[in-house]
Amino acid sequence: MATRSYTSRRELDEHTFHPAVTVLVPVAFIILQALLPKIFSKLAILDLPLIATIFFAVSRRSPIAGTITGMIIGLLQDALTNQPIGVNGMAKAFIGYAAASIGFKVDVDSITTRAVMSFGFFLLQSVLLYLIEHRLLGMHGFHVIWLHELLRAAVNTAAAIPIFYLLDRTRTEE
Amino acid sequence: MESFFVRFRNVLVLIAVLLAQTILLAVQVRRADALDEADGHKVLLLRSWVVAAVTPFERLSHGTGQGIRGSWSNYIDLRNTRQKNQQLQQEIARLRLEQSEFAEDAAQGRRLQALLAFREHYVTTTVAAQVIGTSGVDQSRVLYIDKGSADGLAPDMAVITPDGIVGKIRDVFPKTSPHTAQVLEINDPSSGAGVLLASTRIRAVLRGAPDGQIQIGNLTQDSRIKPGELVLTSGGDQIFPRGLKVGIIDSIVPDPDHQPYTRIRVKPTANLTQLEEVLVITGVQSEMTPQAQQDLAAGLATAIEAKRAADLAAERLPSLSGGVDGSATPPGSAPATPAPGTPPPSIVNTPVPKPLPTLHPDRYTFGMTPPATSLTPGGHNTPTVAPTTPDSTTSAPATGSADASDGEPKPAPKKPAKPKPSTTQPADDGNSPQPSTPPQSQQPPQ
Repeated sequence: MATRSYTSRRELDEHTFHPAVTVLVPVAFIILQALLPKIFSKLAILDLPLIATIFFAVSRRSPIAGTITGMIIGLLQDALTNQPIGVNGMAKAFIGYAAASIGFKVDVDSITTRAVMSFGFFLLQSVLLYLIEHRLLGMHGFHVIWLHELLRAAVNTAAAIPIFYLLDRTRTEE
Repeated sequence: MESFFVRFRNVLVLIAVLLAQTILLAVQVRRADALDEADGHKVLLLRSWVVAAVTPFERLSHGTGQGIRGSWSNYIDLRNTRQKNQQLQQEIARLRLEQSEFAEDAAQGRRLQALLAFREHYVTTTVAAQVIGTSGVDQSRVLYIDKGSADGLAPDMAVITPDGIVGKIRDVFPKTSPHTAQVLEINDPSSGAGVLLASTRIRAVLRGAPDGQIQIGNLTQDSRIKPGELVLTSGGDQIFPRGLKVGIIDSIVPDPDHQPYTRIRVKPTANLTQLEEVLVITGVQSEMTPQAQQDLAAGLATAIEAKRAADLAAERLPSLSGGVDGSATPPGSAPATPAPGTPPPSIVNTPVPKPLPTLHPDRYTFGMTPPATSLTPGGHNTPTVAPTTPDSTTSAPATGSADASDGEPKPAPKKPAKPKPSTTQPADDGNSPQPSTPPQSQQPPQ
């Protein structure tokens, strides 16, 4: 019998997670994100909180849940930086909404779809951050190196694929 | 109406969330350059809660790593400790010599500063702290250290390493995390420092770049500024004390966005990507600390002693005061086979004053002596620059430098001086004509 993932379009029911998983996975990803660059500075290119945001938004298929999840994760991430609180919150809330909406319409079970989706959302986050910092906050000193953002999207996509498969195991069977 | 909210509830929730955060941002950001300043009370409260929740895990991770590394380095990896100890002892000896060389300059500088009523700021107290975490966002170069307000830290204190500056304390969390502080690194785009180019003494403002480098952007094209020049803190920002190392100029290119300014990239001397331990400067004062004064006095005494030894050597062996071209023998370059009568290397290597420039050079002038290889014992030798004197015979004694100071050049011996090492004993009085010094001592080592 073929195993069906929660992200399969054939399983249109929303998947749920144990509350501990819902809380601990994003928190663990935020802590890991703060620790990894200290060990190896190049790992700052990763964005584990966004991977968690995309995963939970897609898996729950609820735009409201995706929005709230993205907002909370983004606000927690902002609190550890010197940026104004809300920059990542806004960007990730929007991505959570978009990811949950896409989960309704596209089959996100295959590796290709997941890779394309992740790559697109990471680029979208770069665009959103640029718009928020540069246009909304008027910080003209904020520059985006788009080649670096492309590299960031590619690296995070490569990291997201195995993480998605690991997190698939945390879903609650109903 | 109810159906509208039900139908568009997803979008409405998204709009509400975005609107709420926009208001939150508007409360925080009142000025475009407010990122390097401490937060307001309410924002600080929110931030401090998150920091209080995250830092225990960071401490745990850091403590575990430290324990493993400490076990390895303190109990297992001790093979080269003795050798390292010897190397460190040698380095201490070398640094003491360097210190003695700088001490006299420092004393003179302090005298001049006192004359100008210049108030210097000396670092008196520092707190050592360990880096336990980062912000996790590469647009925000922020570190967390394991010392906070309970250890005397406060915002805007300078954070340094022995290699150079790191940044400044941005926030402390006295209520929720008294042993944690947030450090804004110097390469964050919102960070900056007043700097001074070491050799050209040009003042500038250094800022972080979006790509994590540091750069100077307020200087116009200047041919004196070259890559490799050391950049120091100027003390003008009231955060970093004057004279701390910042970095070395890496490249200078025109800034296309802000003509006619240049973009000077600076490579930081501190390794900002792999920081383990930092020092937070918690106190500066205009007087030197007693320990620093003792160190300086010791260095000054060593310098005076070395100068006295050099003067003694120059008085007794004036030919050592310069080579053929007038340059002093480089330290540590004693001849491989010293001739008999050559002073020991400890005297030769002491700094010797250079001869004063000659107003009216003649054949007795220092440096006119032809090289020893061209001399023929008993033969007719012409000096390098032949004056009009017809009876120029042999090499002039190498006492010109000492004798030029009194304005009466001493005549050379009539007989050509043969390279007899036994005749090189210095005379007791400095006025008697000196025999020719063996040419080996004047030449640079082969």
